[in-house]
Amino acid sequence: MLEISLFYIAATVALVATILAMTRANAIHALIYLIVSLLAVAVIFFLIGAPFAAALEIVIYAGAIMVLFVFVIMMLNLGEEGDAREKQWLSPAVWAGPTLLAVILFAELLYIISSVEGPVSTAQVTAKQVGLTLFGPYVLAVEIASMLLLAGLVGSYHLGRRALDRNIDEADARALFNSDPNSDPNSDPNSDPNSDPNSDPNSDSNAGRGEQ
Amino acid sequence: MDGLNIPLSHILLVSSLLFSVGMLGLMMRRNIIFILMSLEVMLNSTALAFVAAGAHWGQPDGQIVFMLILSVAAAEVAVGLGLVLQIQRRFKSLDMDNANRMQG
Repeated sequence: MLEISLFYIAATVALVATILAMTRANAIHALIYLIVSLLAVAVIFFLIGAPFAAALEIVIYAGAIMVLFVFVIMMLNLGEEGDAREKQWLSPAVWAGPTLLAVILFAELLYIISSVEGPVSTAQVTAKQVGLTLFGPYVLAVEIASMLLLAGLVGSYHLGRRALDRNIDEADARALFNSDPNSDPNSDPNSDPNSDPNSDPNSDSNAGRGEQ
Repeated sequence: MDGLNIPLSHILLVSSLLFSVGMLGLMMRRNIIFILMSLEVMLNSTALAFVAAGAHWGQPDGQIVFMLILSVAAAEVAVGLGLVLQIQRRFKSLDMDNANRMQG
């Protein structure tokens, strides 16, 4: 009986935290609520006899993925004006229609689920069973997952690298247009502008890029 | 954990509620960070449904699909947050309505 009430408490916490996360204006507050929701789902996993999935949920979802979100929000440096804009976007005219559609789809799901019966098995599915199945009949799925992660790695590296290159290009353009084109970008900006009229500005910018 | 008798339909109910809330967030937010968070909520709710079904039959297959969903979510978040950085750099805003044209 205790475990059943634990399940309902965890499910309530997950739902409330998710709804709060979806309606916050501040991104960091929403993220903390989302972490609480993921921890509640991990409790549900533990209660239905999947301790390995519960551990993975905490380590990878609440640990790794959410920390990635935190780092990106820190890099974006969103301020108070971002919060005000978010509050303006969250007017009832914006969320009334989507709420209606989501409620309709949830009612359909409810109708389908109402035909499901039977309890969840009390036996735990241990990590050993999961591992044996994962590297036995599902070994191709492991390969597919590794290819997917490799593609994600290459894609995110590409996107981040292009951002870095554009930064450097902007710095070069500023050095070319605002100060003397022939001066070294690392030298003092107040130096003599006509020091070396014969040098190539492209070679200078390339040298600066190589140093950065 | 003996005597545990949670009905499968209740877990699926929680899962579909979480999915609906995630879909609602996906439709009503314009900030791309919140859109990515809604996608995480939706993926997580489907993972909950898979693990519950696996526990119902006493088989480990549900947890294996959970791990596949986990790797999909990790890859998606890595690429999505890279796109967030690019959009912030290009439009100085996280409003998805700014990014409705592909300009090559």
